[in-house]
Amino acid sequence: MRKRVFHPCGNYHENYADQLKVYETDYGRFFAAAGLIVLFGLAPFVSSPYFLYILNSIGIAAIAAIGLNILIGYTGQISLGHGAFFGVGAYAAAFLATRLEIPFLLSVPAAGLITALVGLIFGLPSSRLKGLYLTIATLAGQFIIEYVLVHWEDVTKGTMGITLPKANIIGLEISGDIPFFYVIFIAMLVMLWLAVNLMRTKYGRAFVAIRDNDRAAEGMGIPIFPYKLLAFAISSFYAGVAGAIWAYYTVSITSEPFNLGLSVEYIAMVIIGGMGNMSGAIFGAIFITGLNELLRWAIDLMMNMGMVTQTGLNLAPLREFIFGLAIVLFILFEPRGIAEVWRIIRSSFRLWPFSY
Amino acid sequence: MDFFIQLVVNGLSVGFIYGISAMGFVMIFKSSSVLNFAHGELLAMGAYIFLVLVTWLELPVYAAFLLTMAACFSLGFIVERLFLRPLIGEPLIFVIMLTVGLAAMFKGLILLIWGGNLHTFPDFLPSWLSLNWGSVAVQPVYTLALVVGTIFLVLFGIFFKFSSQGIYMRSVADNQRAALSLGVNVKKVFALSWAIAALVAGMSGIILGIINGVNVHDLSAIGLKVFPVVILGGLDSIGGAIVGGLIIGLLETLTGGYISPSLRDVVPYIVLVFILMVKPYGLFGQVEIERV
Repeated sequence: MRKRVFHPCGNYHENYADQLKVYETDYGRFFAAAGLIVLFGLAPFVSSPYFLYILNSIGIAAIAAIGLNILIGYTGQISLGHGAFFGVGAYAAAFLATRLEIPFLLSVPAAGLITALVGLIFGLPSSRLKGLYLTIATLAGQFIIEYVLVHWEDVTKGTMGITLPKANIIGLEISGDIPFFYVIFIAMLVMLWLAVNLMRTKYGRAFVAIRDNDRAAEGMGIPIFPYKLLAFAISSFYAGVAGAIWAYYTVSITSEPFNLGLSVEYIAMVIIGGMGNMSGAIFGAIFITGLNELLRWAIDLMMNMGMVTQTGLNLAPLREFIFGLAIVLFILFEPRGIAEVWRIIRSSFRLWPFSY
Repeated sequence: MDFFIQLVVNGLSVGFIYGISAMGFVMIFKSSSVLNFAHGELLAMGAYIFLVLVTWLELPVYAAFLLTMAACFSLGFIVERLFLRPLIGEPLIFVIMLTVGLAAMFKGLILLIWGGNLHTFPDFLPSWLSLNWGSVAVQPVYTLALVVGTIFLVLFGIFFKFSSQGIYMRSVADNQRAALSLGVNVKKVFALSWAIAALVAGMSGIILGIINGVNVHDLSAIGLKVFPVVILGGLDSIGGAIVGGLIIGLLETLTGGYISPSLRDVVPYIVLVFILMVKPYGLFGQVEIERV
């Protein structure tokens, strides 16, 4: 049995493999295990149905945000169409489940692949160019996909929406919040594990190199266009998987939620959580979903206390304003997001009381 | 045939307005290579400020227009000073995300103050501005747009060609570092380009408000429609923005008239993807050549 590492007093990385470690110390491993036990063993049973619903929303949002973080945080490209790709995933899953009667376990990854292909259609022309043309192309993608979702009635049933059958894993029927809690969070952990390890491979290093300096990356022999496209396809895949699970979870889907506002929401998650940090996407998902619920609660409270009468103050504008403000403030004051704040807090605990 | 000609005239009028809306966007991109996602909200700000001055304070139109221009100029200046200046030297991706955040913030703010309902300006345009050739008619507001837009274009032409500030701005657009080393005050140039961009945006916001009424959702949608326009015209060409605007406007009205009205709003984006495929630097944009 190897020697456990708890409190190294310094950086003792001797080779590259040391630097690639996911867990710096065995404390990290211990807390991760404890967190998993609490998450799977305790959380679904002690929380109220409403809180469980919020947890599930966070899990789904986190999958999509991890994907967007691969693109924004690690490859340095912005996608403004993530909301629409989420929608493509949802509709793809709905189509596969209702028309072709493909089971849950197959239809979710298949929906992810379909979304990645749709993403490639918009990524192909733009990733030939340097600069942020991908952003503009994904903006176009957002509007074109929204249009197609409403008007391609043979497949999407237009504004009527599609109702999905109950999810079914090898004979076990999944319905209700607790079973979905397990499905969502296992999926999230798998996707997180894939993403973390992808970033430790040659591909992840190439993404980071492109982000930091595309000319230097090209000079080192990284073919940047295929890699940018690959990053975009992976991020669309994540959006698609999240959308597919969401479709099964909410049972009935229409095209309204997948607008530009949703895309901005995902961008906010990545920025606020922390770009280029896998835990950042999860922090961001928690923060934004939590903020949404908090604002809803606060406005309800103000309505009840009579501070706000029915003067047209509803949730949407205030939410939009606060999202915008949060994005702006985080970029100006903590561009590395909550993940960085968390790191600072942790290290100040670790170093206490001799913080110098 | 009359229908076709009327559509073409409408398309060109709408397109010209897209063109002048895009001018401010191009100006910011030229000087700082920032894609401004908050452009539509700047348009909306101009329209709403004018709305307040004209309908609530009941100022005469000329005074209100001048005051709005001044307010927009200061707004652009303040936005640059508060939000953009701290990010000079940071990676571009942060700046662009910041404009996405600003867009959401402004939109929320406008909705909180004025609500999402459609407001209209009082009718103040004299009827002699409307043009008629036989069965084809041009509404007065489009004539106004043509006149005001041309005045702005000429003024900008002169400003960029002859004034020292204009030459500084061009030098920064050309090569920021070289300009910096020659003693150009790049910060001042950025501030000025944001202020001028907000001013032009305010002007086009007013014209759009006269045409469609003032509504933040519509105006911010037009702010995004600027992207197909400038990609078509070339991201760094002000003349290209006008030409791109005319083409997009024409395509939109023709699609709306002959194919389907609902496709109208998506056509510019389909064109955008197509342009990126065949002529990525647009009609008049500068092609970047880079060798590694």
